[in-house]
Amino acid sequence: MSEAPPAGPLLHTPLHDAHRELGARLVPFAGYEMPVQYSSIIDEHRTVRTTVGLFDLSHMGEIEVRGDEAVAFLRYALVSDPGALVIGQAQYSMACQEDGGIIDDLICYRLEDDRFWIVCNASNRAAVVSHLEALLARGDFGASIEDRSDRTALVAPQGPNAAALLAELTDVDLAAIGNYRSASGIVAGVQCLVARTGYTGEDGFELFCDARRARAVWDAVATAGEAHGLKPCGLGSRDTLRLEAGMPLYGNELTRDTNPFEVNLGRVVKLEKGEFSGRAALQSVQQTGPARKLIGLEMRENAIPRAGYPVQADGRTVGHVTSGTLSPTLGTKIAMALVPAELAGIGNAFEVVVRERPYRAEQVKLPFYKRPPD
Amino acid sequence: MSYPDDLRYSKEHEWVRAEDSHATIGITSFASDELGDIVFVELPEVGSSLAQFGTFGVVESVKAVSDLYAPISGTVAEVNEALRDAPELLNSDPFGQGWIARVELSDPSELDALMDAAGYAAETA
Repeated sequence: MSEAPPAGPLLHTPLHDAHRELGARLVPFAGYEMPVQYSSIIDEHRTVRTTVGLFDLSHMGEIEVRGDEAVAFLRYALVSDPGALVIGQAQYSMACQEDGGIIDDLICYRLEDDRFWIVCNASNRAAVVSHLEALLARGDFGASIEDRSDRTALVAPQGPNAAALLAELTDVDLAAIGNYRSASGIVAGVQCLVARTGYTGEDGFELFCDARRARAVWDAVATAGEAHGLKPCGLGSRDTLRLEAGMPLYGNELTRDTNPFEVNLGRVVKLEKGEFSGRAALQSVQQTGPARKLIGLEMRENAIPRAGYPVQADGRTVGHVTSGTLSPTLGTKIAMALVPAELAGIGNAFEVVVRERPYRAEQVKLPFYKRPPD
Repeated sequence: MSYPDDLRYSKEHEWVRAEDSHATIGITSFASDELGDIVFVELPEVGSSLAQFGTFGVVESVKAVSDLYAPISGTVAEVNEALRDAPELLNSDPFGQGWIARVELSDPSELDALMDAAGYAAETA
């Protein structure tokens, strides 16, 4: 889905044995051997939409940034303004190259006044670390970074029953943890960072803990989850869930050749905060408007759009599909695509070329799916 | 895993049920399990010619697109229209309701190049 894994043996998360015991189908992903599905991608997808699914995301990167000038440093290294976060708050952000191309998208958590966590894609962990190290050296900031990925596990119960399930395992006041907030606490006897974040379009939590205690957390959530309809879920459903929710995936919607404004994420970029990596290029994009735009497409004929398929307007190739699937929730065939900005407009007609034949598609609003209000 | 004894099997995981000059073809349970949830089938056109081991259609799972390879040569006499609205039949009943096409055989001796159930079971073990 993303970049080719590095050569050499595949890495295992601390929950690898659990996946084997559950009969998961394991595939290479970002250098790890990860579960793509346990039973059925569609069934796992529906489980997250209706009850609760449990994901192992321990392959993801966790980088700690701390120091007196951690805020100044992160303001410089990321496109957002982590200084605007209160303790316990998180924000979606990106690291960009000087030319505005996206190095990675990530979530920045403020844990203490001068201590932050950056949670990034596994495939980009090395790139994010080297971006941060290079800027740290250049700017002489009073801050340090530490890659904690290998000793941190991430277990994520996601879905409408996630909060009720988790409440049985912790004294942490979950009602006090709003969306994109986090708190430290004990879950099933294990010290965790309990964050109300996710990548599914549903309510849910991400539990970060010491890798050596991951199995205890996973087993406790899985056991307590039985009464809540929980199923373990793999990366296959994670991908269809995020796509329905209109969330970009690095390597598909986001690349080093794409800038945040093209993918409708200009709001994340805080040009007014002062100098940062990529600022000049991004300011120019903001002033002139992006050349391309990420749009949502719904097929009007019977074909499934897939990443890389050409997108046409009036018979002429104008762009490409970045992600596409049959939507398990909506039953429609959906895609995100990058097209020239001047061609974008809700209701506009496009064609997606599937096996050398164009099939009609219509631009629709993103996201395709929004969870019903509580 | 065991497979129906009355069928012949190809290395590409298709099966053939030969009945005189005609045969029904489909994909095996091994193939549909490997693919996962099948969400789309592109069927051949009635009247089109199939060449043994040549492509004749496409199946798509949630994650992957795979070609269908004809286990025998012939002319397509009928396709399973039910698969257009219910591609999941390839998962739930691949040897029965999930049949893909009926073919008028052009060379029944080609069946000899295919495996029997025991041979296919060994192949997929």
